[in-house]
Order: sequence, then C-alpha cells, then structure tokens
Amino acid sequence: MNLWIWVIVSCAAAYGIKLLGYLVPRRWMKNERMTRIAGTVTIGLLASLTVVNALGNGQSLAFDARIGSLVAAAVALLLRAPFLVVVIVGAAVAAGLRLLGWG
Amino acid sequence: MSDGQLDQGAADDDAPQVPLRRSPAFRIGMSIAVATGLYGISFGALGVASGLSVLQTIVLSLFMFTGGSQFAFIGVIAGGGSGAAAGAAATLLGIRNAVYGMQLNSMLGPRGWSRFAAAHVTIDESTATASGQSERVEQRRGFWSAGIGVFVLWNLFTAVGAFAGNAIGDPKQWGLDGAAVAAFLGLLWPRLKGREPAAIAVVCALATVLAVPFVPPGVPILVAALVAAILGWMSHARAGRPLEMEGLEPDVDPYPHRPGPGGKPGSAE
Repeated sequence: MNLWIWVIVSCAAAYGIKLLGYLVPRRWMKNERMTRIAGTVTIGLLASLTVVNALGNGQSLAFDARIGSLVAAAVALLLRAPFLVVVIVGAAVAAGLRLLGWG
Repeated sequence: MSDGQLDQGAADDDAPQVPLRRSPAFRIGMSIAVATGLYGISFGALGVASGLSVLQTIVLSLFMFTGGSQFAFIGVIAGGGSGAAAGAAATLLGIRNAVYGMQLNSMLGPRGWSRFAAAHVTIDESTATASGQSERVEQRRGFWSAGIGVFVLWNLFTAVGAFAGNAIGDPKQWGLDGAAVAAFLGLLWPRLKGREPAAIAVVCALATVLAVPFVPPGVPILVAALVAAILGWMSHARAGRPLEMEGLEPDVDPYPHRPGPGGKPGSAE
C-alpha cells in the first residue's frame, strides 16, 4: 500500500516537471549555466544507472552475468547497432552466460 | 487561448507542404515509436519482477510516461530501496523533461488545452524528433507523431510484458536485467562525444561504485547526480562562455538510426 503512494506521487511529480517547462518564461532558456547543468546531470544519472544495474546488488557490488551484458552492449554500440539491437544483445548475453552456468 | 494573439504570424508557417503520410517527421516519429514501444515489453516484465504489481507497472507507464524515470523507479525497488528513494531517483531523472518543455514551448508554442497534452508526451523521443526538423509544421508533426506513437505502443507493450512477466518465471533467466544494463548504456552512449562528457560519466560511475556500500540503494544515483551538477556548475564558471558543448546538450538523440541534422544516413528516408 505504501508503495502505491510513491507510485502516485512520482507520477504527479513527473507530469508537474514536464508542465513546468511549458509554464516558465521563455527567457530562462537563455541561461547557459542551467542548460549546461541539465546536460551534465543527465550524463551523471545515466552513467550511475548503468553502473548500478550492472554491478549493484543491494548494498554490495556483484560481478555476474550482467558484466557480460555491459561489455556486449558496448561492443554493439561501437558497431553502431540500433538501440533495440543493443538491448536485445544485452539480454541475450546475460541469458546465455547463465545458461552456461555463470552468474 | 488567451495568448492566441501572440501566434498570429504563425498561420503561414503552419500550412502543410506535404501530406502527412509523406511527411519525413511523421515517418521518423513512427519508426521511433515502434523501436521504443517494443521496448515497453521489457519495462513491463522488469516492473513486475522488481516487486511492483501488474497494475502499478501499468500505472507508471500511463502516468509517469518517461522511460528513464520509470526504469530508475523499478531499479531502486528491485535493489531493495524504499518507495521514497525510488520516487526521488525517478523525479531527478525526469528533470530534463522540464528543459525539453521549455525548448518545445518556444519551438511549437502550443496553446490552451493542447499545452497540457503536449506536456504529457514531452519525452526524449518526441523532443528529438521535433528538434531534428527545421520547418515548423514538420517539427509539430514530428513531436506529436513520436509523442503519441510512443505513448500508445509503450503502454500496450508494458501491459503485455507485465502480464507475460508473471508467466515466464524469473526474468533473469531471460537476461532482462542484462537488457536494462544495455539500455542505460545505449542511452548514455550518444552523449559521450568528446573528452568532457566522457570524463563526467567516468567520475559519476566511480562515485556510484564508491557510494554503494555506504548508503541505501537508490541513493548512489542521487550522489552521482549531485557530483554531475557540481561539475557542470564548476566547468561553466571556468569556461564563462561555450567550451565544448557537444554531448552536454540535454536533448541528445539516443537513437542513432534517426536521420539527424548532421546528415546521418537514416532508415526513414
């Protein structure tokens, strides 16, 4: 039940943030510092999410089949594979490594 | 409609030059909708696997409707984090949508009720499709076709994944946790052009690894966000005016198959 509250609050926050962009004065966009920080924060969040999903296991770090997904996805991206292919490669490698009995 | 007068001059720009089905922005929007929408199946399955109910997973896609935040939310829950930490991570990750909203507001100038609908479909994909176009009518078509197209398919496939997720057993067996790793790397990748964005990513990744053992799940992501914000603030102060902005724009297109303004070859042309 508690989780429902956070689902609803988070949905409301997500919409509120989107709407905020349409309501703020247009001249705010001219602020280069805010644009820049929005860019660096997005990079930081995505990098952190990648690491947490690849290594995180509660409050410890684990090295398992997900490392294989990370490496395989990087290779696919280097080969300029489309987004969907990258995702499928990530899934296939993790599933394959587990089938072989690792992680 | 009170600000309608501001838009009087827009009427000429709005006259369509080509029918909708031949509009390049519409085609791009549709192909992005298919690519992204199918991925909803992974969100649906992972959402249920993380411990959310089927209904909670579907509600997130319907009402949060911003992929990165949705994955952050279930990622924190899956890692044993609290609902509050999940909400905080999701909300932080959604802040970029406000920046998109500001850009789209000046680009498309939606009025009246359509502004509220536009806000809901303001996501990476719709913003990227719109900003890849130069004509106003094409920007508008790109925004709405990608926005509505992704919304419909993303929600459809979320439901499929959520219901199937219950049936297919442990999603780890299917490598769905590996899919999430790949997806986040895929979203990060196009931003890593140039040394500075790559350095920021490495520093934030290290900050995350160092923070994991010491703070509750979910919080390392917020630590990394804070580090990134400080780096952005400092580098701006140091540079004064544009140093290298490449990769640091908030609206980098995560989908390399989209024909961009740089003339990349694309499947939709």
